[in-house]
Amino acid sequence: MDLNPRFRFETFVVGAGTQTAAAAARAVAESPGATYNPLFIYGKSGLGKTHLLQAIGFLALERQPSLRTEYLTLEELVERYNASVAAGQLDAFRRSAQETDLLLLDDVQFLAEHLEMQAELLRLAEAMQAVGRQVVLTCDRPPGEIGELDERLVTCLSGGLLVDVAAPDFETRLAILRRKADERGVQIPPAVLETVAEIGAANVRELIGMINRLIAYQGVSDVPITPDGARMLLTGEVPEAPAAAPFAPAPAPAPPPPDEFSAFLSAVSTTVAQTVEAWRSRVGEAVLRWQGEGYRTRRLEQLLLGDDIPDVTAELARFGADVEELRRLAEEVAAFDPAAAGHACFRDPDALEEARSYAERVKEGVTPPPPPSRGLDFNGYVEGAANEGAVRAAKAVCADPGRHFNPLFIAGPSGTGKTHLLHAVGNALLAARPGTTVACLSAQVFTEELVAALDAGRIEWWRRRYRRADVLLLDDIQLLAGRDRTQEELFNLFNAFADAGRQLGFTADKIPAQLAGLAPRLTTRFEAGLVVELTAPDRPMRAEMVRRLLAARGVAAEDEVVQYLAARPADSARAVQGLVNRALSRMDPASEALTVETARLAIEGRPPRPSQAHAVSATVPSGLDAALGSREKVVWDWPNVGDRLIEELR
Amino acid sequence: MSLVNFTTREITCKIVYYGPGRSGKTTNLQYVYSQVPSDRKGQMVSLATQTDRTLFFDFLPLDLGTISGFTTKFQLYTVPGQVYYNATRKLVLQGADGVVFVADSQMRQLDENLESLQNLHANILEHGVDIRTLPLVLQFNKQDLPPELILTPPELDEALNFRGLPTFAADALHGPGVFETLKGIAADVLRKLSEGGGGVRRL
Repeated sequence: MDLNPRFRFETFVVGAGTQTAAAAARAVAESPGATYNPLFIYGKSGLGKTHLLQAIGFLALERQPSLRTEYLTLEELVERYNASVAAGQLDAFRRSAQETDLLLLDDVQFLAEHLEMQAELLRLAEAMQAVGRQVVLTCDRPPGEIGELDERLVTCLSGGLLVDVAAPDFETRLAILRRKADERGVQIPPAVLETVAEIGAANVRELIGMINRLIAYQGVSDVPITPDGARMLLTGEVPEAPAAAPFAPAPAPAPPPPDEFSAFLSAVSTTVAQTVEAWRSRVGEAVLRWQGEGYRTRRLEQLLLGDDIPDVTAELARFGADVEELRRLAEEVAAFDPAAAGHACFRDPDALEEARSYAERVKEGVTPPPPPSRGLDFNGYVEGAANEGAVRAAKAVCADPGRHFNPLFIAGPSGTGKTHLLHAVGNALLAARPGTTVACLSAQVFTEELVAALDAGRIEWWRRRYRRADVLLLDDIQLLAGRDRTQEELFNLFNAFADAGRQLGFTADKIPAQLAGLAPRLTTRFEAGLVVELTAPDRPMRAEMVRRLLAARGVAAEDEVVQYLAARPADSARAVQGLVNRALSRMDPASEALTVETARLAIEGRPPRPSQAHAVSATVPSGLDAALGSREKVVWDWPNVGDRLIEELR
Repeated sequence: MSLVNFTTREITCKIVYYGPGRSGKTTNLQYVYSQVPSDRKGQMVSLATQTDRTLFFDFLPLDLGTISGFTTKFQLYTVPGQVYYNATRKLVLQGADGVVFVADSQMRQLDENLESLQNLHANILEHGVDIRTLPLVLQFNKQDLPPELILTPPELDEALNFRGLPTFAADALHGPGVFETLKGIAADVLRKLSEGGGGVRRL
């Protein structure tokens, strides 16, 4: 479902009742999966839950356009689920759902009516959380109060952050009304808006309904609406004042000479409106303006909540100056590292000190280079005969970095797990020595960063940044072929690291001696460390991979199935994954277990028939896999030649 | 004293009528009280002697209802004008948001006016308040008396208003000028809000 462009953070009026929810939503949008996961927003209908939910989607997409974002209501999710079950495509449904980076699910209170959906949602939420993907849900009540909800799901939904939205107070109602009137381009007198805000709508939708009615009436009437007229129109209450018509008549009749007290009251009202409200409005408008520009306005909001009246002009000037400095700092930082300029401290005038020191660190090159991916560790790495030596060497490096095998060079064809092993080393080093700076990135990114630094004339900064790292792990070093400048920089870095006894690690598709396009001064240095090779996974390794992949999908399978899949020819971990995916694609959505027949149907593309050929296939020793190449391409069922001849004879 | 409370959405203004004895401070309050509609009328507290001289102070609460979302209340006080009640005057002045100095327009009362004005300055200073930040207006009362007995507003302005404060000619007994004065001081007090700093500045 598409996001509604009207629902953005810029158009969300933050009040006392929605302050926490809005802050949490913004934090989630700024870094999905990293802060509150899942984020569960609850509150009565019409208080802005859907607005916040969609605003998260917009902001997250603005910041990371490649983010796979899905916004849908629970009903839509249920419909999709049912359709996939009916079409036998449950696995495709699960895959597509789990691959979403940011799932925004609205109105989950209806879960009580869908028991099967509860299990599916639990599975989905857990799978997404496990890989750091963000889930945000809204509901009209907290998870514990949704009737007939699976206890595990309640725990799962409550496990991130539960935050409620409350009905808007007077100021928030007034701010919402002003914004709505501005959006419609309609001029409504402030006194009328105040009257509408005073009526006290229970929720924002009701409030918007009220202003819509006012706008509609004003559209058909030539005379401006009065506060009393507005009250009568919206509540049916006749105001205390004798004027009963909802609108001031065009030629206003001369009012009766007011008594002295009324005149005094009127004068005081005017003064209060000009002074007290003007002060409030100034701060309120400043809050809206800065929030619209994406800055945190906690300091100004505190002013509105305080009992005393501050020096508004000075406070606003101070805030403006702080924002100006933040902008300047962010611009300076952007020149060095565009990604660092998006840091949250540059959006919070209260965190000016932090922003200053952060900017200083960036300029000095202290911001660390890319770290290893969190998900790739030794636990998820399948060990076997094909990688035994490499894993042992990698663990030795982790135990004593910079000493034994420096550099560690991992060579092997694509898909054999080089990248995983390299990142696992990085993560193990980080876990063992918190505070260590581990640079773990692909040679491609390394080159791109260097080019950007050269382009911006800050090569020294780039060098400092990498030289401050404790460990340098470069993936796919073969990509540096022909890139002389990058090789030269790497050569210098290599020497600096080696001299200081800091660990280096590289991966490539070939051993150093066979790497074309790389300077001998580099390849010889690579060889001076330890070169380990990864080969295609053998059958036991493939069986273990299959087991893990099926377990990760929550699919039960007999050992027979695992052995069948492991026996398929596959020269890499990726190929094994492809096989498992193919097998699962034909699985009956209703069943929890994968059978050999299903797997065979999916992979070999024909129904299982008891034949001698199958008997033979089951006995084909695994060692023949390589010789046969692709099992699917071998003809096992030759037609009966006699039948064929008779047929042609006829 | 908090003039505007945004939490409870209340505006409370304390206005003190100051001036020499028998200048008409209580009369001002009585006239205001007589004009308040019955549904808004609070209790006017007046502690007076048998000869109607104010013994301690008069107090008139004025509930103006909700203005711009704020429950607005004015508290009008008078001080005893007689010189020997200075302690009471100081007490009543405490926390005042604005002062109306009610001057007696009679020629023979000029010295008393000056003395009382000096007394006001001294008492305000004792409370640690900067007189320049305290809203203050002058009312030249008893302008209904025969012209030969009183000084004209320009003459009184010349004699008393060396700070260039807003002035109002009044006849508190019959009403003219009473609400003009009250409006004047109320506007001054409320306008202080827009300048920030919470109204009156302490020294």
